[in-house]
Amino acid sequence: MASQNGAILALDSVSVSFGGLVAVSDFDFTLGKGELVGLIGPNGAGKTTVFNIITGQYEPVRGKVFFRGRDITGWRPDRVTCAGIARTFQNMRLFEGLTVLDNVLVSRHSKLRSSMLAAALNLPGYVREEQVARTKAMELLDRVGLMDLAYTEAGSLPYGQQRRVEIARALAADPEVLLLDEPAAGMNPEETARLMEFICGVRDEFGLTILLIEHDMKLVMGICERIRVIDYGMSIAEGTPEEIQGNPKVISAYLGEEACEYA
Amino acid sequence: MNAAVFFQQLINGMSLGSLYALLAIGYTMVYGILRFINFAHSDIFMVGAYSAFFFIVIFRVPWPLAAAFAVCLTALVGVTIDRVAYRPVRDAPRISALITAVGVSSFIENLGLVTVGARPKAFESPQFMSRVFHIGPVTITGVAIWVPIMTFVLLAVMMYVVYRTKIGMAMRSVSTDIEATRLMGVDVDKVISYTFALGSALAAAGGILWACKYPKISPLMGVYPGWKAFTAAVVGGIGSIPGAMIGGFIIGLIEVMTVAISPGLSGYRDGVIFLVLVVFLLVRPTGILGETLKEKV
Repeated sequence: MASQNGAILALDSVSVSFGGLVAVSDFDFTLGKGELVGLIGPNGAGKTTVFNIITGQYEPVRGKVFFRGRDITGWRPDRVTCAGIARTFQNMRLFEGLTVLDNVLVSRHSKLRSSMLAAALNLPGYVREEQVARTKAMELLDRVGLMDLAYTEAGSLPYGQQRRVEIARALAADPEVLLLDEPAAGMNPEETARLMEFICGVRDEFGLTILLIEHDMKLVMGICERIRVIDYGMSIAEGTPEEIQGNPKVISAYLGEEACEYA
Repeated sequence: MNAAVFFQQLINGMSLGSLYALLAIGYTMVYGILRFINFAHSDIFMVGAYSAFFFIVIFRVPWPLAAAFAVCLTALVGVTIDRVAYRPVRDAPRISALITAVGVSSFIENLGLVTVGARPKAFESPQFMSRVFHIGPVTITGVAIWVPIMTFVLLAVMMYVVYRTKIGMAMRSVSTDIEATRLMGVDVDKVISYTFALGSALAAAGGILWACKYPKISPLMGVYPGWKAFTAAVVGGIGSIPGAMIGGFIIGLIEVMTVAISPGLSGYRDGVIFLVLVVFLLVRPTGILGETLKEKV
């Protein structure tokens, strides 16, 4: 069931294990262009591992990853990103000592064609490219509402703003697929509501396909068109938010916690 | 010690310190990015001096050109060492890289002993370096003036590259989070190669200037300057580039002033520096500008 027609991203029975521990096993998944899909599951279910497989941080022991019909299994993470898959992190991992603008520029630089040497020597071709990159980075910061903080050290910003820097940084790589790892973690309900609006907004504006991991069921149920549930590294359900809420397997996986609350 | 002597020693100390600073930056940059001490860095310094020597003596290249060639060649040597020795152990525990570095250092030193011989060679420094200036009662050699000047120019160029260019930005982001940088589409191996090139070029410049100051070069000439520059990097705060510069000057001044204040201690000039190293490691292991390392999850 590899690269199906219309699928931008496909995982074909992918497995990853660490030592004897199987983190993800026989995971099949497809993402259609323009979709907004949620990946949920209890803690330690293997959600972030799935992200790490897609981005090339982990190489699967079995199975393949296809991006736009192309086998990208085993590609180096920087190649995967350049190909068009960007991500954010559960624990953010901003370059804290760099300014907000520089954080975005680091990511944008993968799009430049000038060599590093040309950059070090400030050749004219590079200077022009750099100017374009800066303008683009500022536009993105404007889009996430952080333009006036462009020259602030990223590590000194409050949590919610750091989350937005992270999304701007991911968008700077011009991705087609955006992977968001718990974007609402640590946000209050009001911030989460704004984030939902923001995610839908950027998807339409940038023509993105989004896969997100989230524990906040309100967010997941509110914006995702399709939801995949995993537990112990295996898929246990997939469907629309309504279908998932009523799925007994899902409810038992969550031991009647969050899933029931919103059912 | 009167004012004139003090002033003279101050210049000598700055001159020696600037050489340590040039060398210390290589230690600190590699540590900042890869979290291990590149023990072979002191031998890169020696390779720089020998390259210049051979370009001048054998190929009869004019001095400034020989120095430029030597710097480029040494940068290439640094990059090659990383490719051949360090890249294969990149994902291994850090101790593996550290042991590899000790091995590479020993390899280069012994290769030097075998190929060019243990006997020191006389380094021809250019005319302008050996001129002597008299300012009142103070006597200053050209070397003592030119070395800090050239060092400042090189350090300014280096600061520009690290803080104002795309490659420098990539270096700084790699030193914060190597995996996240990779996920921003940056070819991290390339960034590391440039780091080695830059660090090795500065070490080569340091080696050549060192040879102008102490015009006898040998395959083991890098050992003591290397340890002292490493001390300078620790004192300044390992991982911090401004720290390495400050540390370099501090170590140079301590060394020169120790001997100037009590000539009886001149036999202990190296010992004093290592005492500083020990004290810093015990009292303030993060150095003057270093920050406490946050362990990443």
